[in-house]
Amino acid sequence: MPDVSMVVNGEARSGDVEGRTLLVDFLREGLGLTGTHVGCDTSQCGACVVHVDGQAVKSCTIFALEADRAEVTTIEGIAGPDGSLSPMQKSFRDHHGLQCGFCTPGMVMTALKLLENNAKPSEAEVREGLKGNFCRCTGYQNIVRTILAASGQDIPVTSVE
Amino acid sequence: MYDFEFLKPASLDDAVAALAEEGAQALAGGQTLIPTLKARLAMPSALISLDGVEELRGICSDDQGRICIGAMTTHGAIARAMSGKVAGVAHLAGEIGDPAVRNRGTIGGSLANNDPAACWPAAALACGATIRTNVREIEAGDFFDGMFTTALDEGELIVEVKFPVPELSAYGKFEQPASRFALVGVFVAKFGDGVRVAVTGASEEGVFPWREAEAALGAEFGIEALEGMSPGAEGLLGDIHGTPEYRAHLVGVMTRRAVAACA
Repeated sequence: MPDVSMVVNGEARSGDVEGRTLLVDFLREGLGLTGTHVGCDTSQCGACVVHVDGQAVKSCTIFALEADRAEVTTIEGIAGPDGSLSPMQKSFRDHHGLQCGFCTPGMVMTALKLLENNAKPSEAEVREGLKGNFCRCTGYQNIVRTILAASGQDIPVTSVE
Repeated sequence: MYDFEFLKPASLDDAVAALAEEGAQALAGGQTLIPTLKARLAMPSALISLDGVEELRGICSDDQGRICIGAMTTHGAIARAMSGKVAGVAHLAGEIGDPAVRNRGTIGGSLANNDPAACWPAAALACGATIRTNVREIEAGDFFDGMFTTALDEGELIVEVKFPVPELSAYGKFEQPASRFALVGVFVAKFGDGVRVAVTGASEEGVFPWREAEAALGAEFGIEALEGMSPGAEGLLGDIHGTPEYRAHLVGVMTRRAVAACA
């Protein structure tokens, strides 16, 4: 089987994979990084989003060998080395941006790139940016608030309509 | 997914040589092909990843002022580069799938696949793009050959797509919300010598030019010129998402929206 090597969360990692091994399977089963989730396996849900060479991609829709020699960041690489939460993760906690938590790794990875590309997005831009990430608890309202808050913007008090 | 050999050549010549092998299949961004492989709807003996072929990536202008987009350029990169330059193309590229899909999916992969609901065929046809392959140049009007079929020969690879720059352009997409493909998409491009209107998502034959709308808009460029117009429903797609009549109606609506967006 071919070798694959990549830098994952700052560490050089390698392993043997089949041609058909998906990046997400290499991360989860090869490296034991199970923070990246597989929700749908059909590139719809975004639970598997990781960063490959600085871009958010669905790791269930890229082969491990396509990421050979790439720099990969997973949710495990987002918190500080001492385990302290990053500002985005804190914002998810502070604003109740997660319920069951299954979609959260993908939401966080997508949200980080969203703010990197657009530091002060409007609510509509946040929703557009989350188009490829599903929350089946349907907790979108608080996820949007989480990201707006993480961008340093005032967030409206939730009104009951 | 069935197993296959995975090859990642570093040059176009090596990629073309690898593709000449029986059962070899090119892999561009993989946003359609990988799901197809997972569903065991394809069984290539080898996948030739074009990810490492740098000469297939990037955007430049040629001496005729055309914008030349390398086949492996992603939708996301095109959307960013075309913003403020070719409004219709930027808008189209920026609305494909979702942000993560746009970071992998490529213009060349989309054109070679020719999904009847894909967005890029509409831009290529309406702009009168030229598709350069490793062996020849093909005009967009001769390239699309019905659903999932193109003029590409076995083993022939798209190298770049050359877009003449329209004076005005816009893309009106009525999205199928689950697949994010176009239920109907209409690209309107106004050039000095006429207007072209290309429709995707609607026809059993894939992308097509809507000649009546082109003639009407050529005489008077404005939504009034299209008042009450829709193409006939015959030959249009009918499925769980919409009947042929519904799609025919949408073609009229999305064309008017695209023309309004040109203003």
